[in-house]
Amino acid sequence: MREITAETIEKQVIPLCLTAAYDLPEDVRQAIARAADSESSPLGRSMLNQLIENYSIASKDRVPICQDTGVAVFFVDIGQEVSIVGGTLQEALTKATAAAWSSGYLRMSIAEDPMFTRKNTGINGPPIIHINLVSGSKLKITIAPKGGGSENMSRMAMLKPTAGAAAVADFILETVAMAGGNPCPPIIVGVGAGGNFETAPLLAKKALLRPLGKPNPDAKYADFEKMMLECINDSGIGPQGLGGRTTALAVHIEHCPCHIASLPVAVNLNCHAARHASLEI
Amino acid sequence: MGIHHIQTPLMPEVISGLSIGDEVLLSGTIYTARDQAHSRLCALLDGGEALPMDLSGTIIYFAGPTPTPPGKAVGSVGPTTSGRMDAFSPKLIRAGLKGMIGKGSRSQEVIEAMKSHGAIYFAATGGAGALIAQRIKSSTCIAYQELGPEAIYKMEVRDFPLVVAIDSKGENLYIKGPEGHRVRSAKST
Repeated sequence: MREITAETIEKQVIPLCLTAAYDLPEDVRQAIARAADSESSPLGRSMLNQLIENYSIASKDRVPICQDTGVAVFFVDIGQEVSIVGGTLQEALTKATAAAWSSGYLRMSIAEDPMFTRKNTGINGPPIIHINLVSGSKLKITIAPKGGGSENMSRMAMLKPTAGAAAVADFILETVAMAGGNPCPPIIVGVGAGGNFETAPLLAKKALLRPLGKPNPDAKYADFEKMMLECINDSGIGPQGLGGRTTALAVHIEHCPCHIASLPVAVNLNCHAARHASLEI
Repeated sequence: MGIHHIQTPLMPEVISGLSIGDEVLLSGTIYTARDQAHSRLCALLDGGEALPMDLSGTIIYFAGPTPTPPGKAVGSVGPTTSGRMDAFSPKLIRAGLKGMIGKGSRSQEVIEAMKSHGAIYFAATGGAGALIAQRIKSSTCIAYQELGPEAIYKMEVRDFPLVVAIDSKGENLYIKGPEGHRVRSAKST
């Protein structure tokens, strides 16, 4: 077994969280720059140019891209030969989140009690952690902070299996139309199809982590993604929902087997500030 | 169509002269308030009590900033989704509120209150919190400090870039804007 200390994890994850909050990934920046060139609405272009300037200011001045620095969502691939010592993974990521959010002047955005007190936990925790056991002796950690505006516009449905791709398409388009300007378009549309009631939304979230515009390896799904992106951009919703050709930058679908009675579908929307950063130990 | 430079407090003739799609640079004093602050402000109005700020001619910015780093006037501070404030805004408009800044469309009830009382709704660019922060010259917490980012902050702004999203005639750019760019063959749902 390869031993990795909880302290090592904590120390490396703190700067990773700050990178995610301040530096938008290059693929997203490039997609917004292309959109600013091709957008037909002058107002849309003006807003896209504000976004480009915003990303530069955030990166240069080390300030958050968006005031909603989000829920800390971690995806962790743990090699089966790794043993975490001197504390748990949960503790290390919770401490790293609190330290990063505090030292980096990020916004504490977690309410302790969802239904009654709504009191702020003051540590932006607990983080949400998804663990995947893999072969090998490495630890891969991805932080994908997620804002409330786009998360609130996400939806899930249990469709009829015979309704197939057409029903999935309708559900995706309906979700994007209902969201309008709320999730800060141009958006990235993550779709999870298949699995179960709890797995489809997780697939949808994972779909948001795929390099922007990289098609699904299955040609049928890749064609569907392309068709969905065209339909979404034909809606005219546009940058910030105020009209234009750039409503979404990409549609990513992840799929997996499901029950013969079911067709679970989840649509997880991401704002243009599709923040994420990864490291390997 | 040039860019309109406007000041607070918002005067009726300024509001009536603005239409959807107009780009605006706003200077003056604004107040932030989001979910919990709105709930408290409306409870004060219901109880006939005084508010922490004078609403007449005032603009409320739906926003919750990040903490202010040393040497800066304010942290990142872009707009939050306005729809969550729809249940509260009509009451504040009836009490004198003239302008709101946020992102996303508003309910018909809010739009009717805006038409009746000559109020206006501006869209700020969502996800441009670092850019907007550069247009904010000072920020002071004036109420509900215990709410942290949800407290009410009084902010002095200079050339805050905005778009008229819903005007005092009730025209709505969230409907008119997309209509002008929709491809007719687009699948409607």
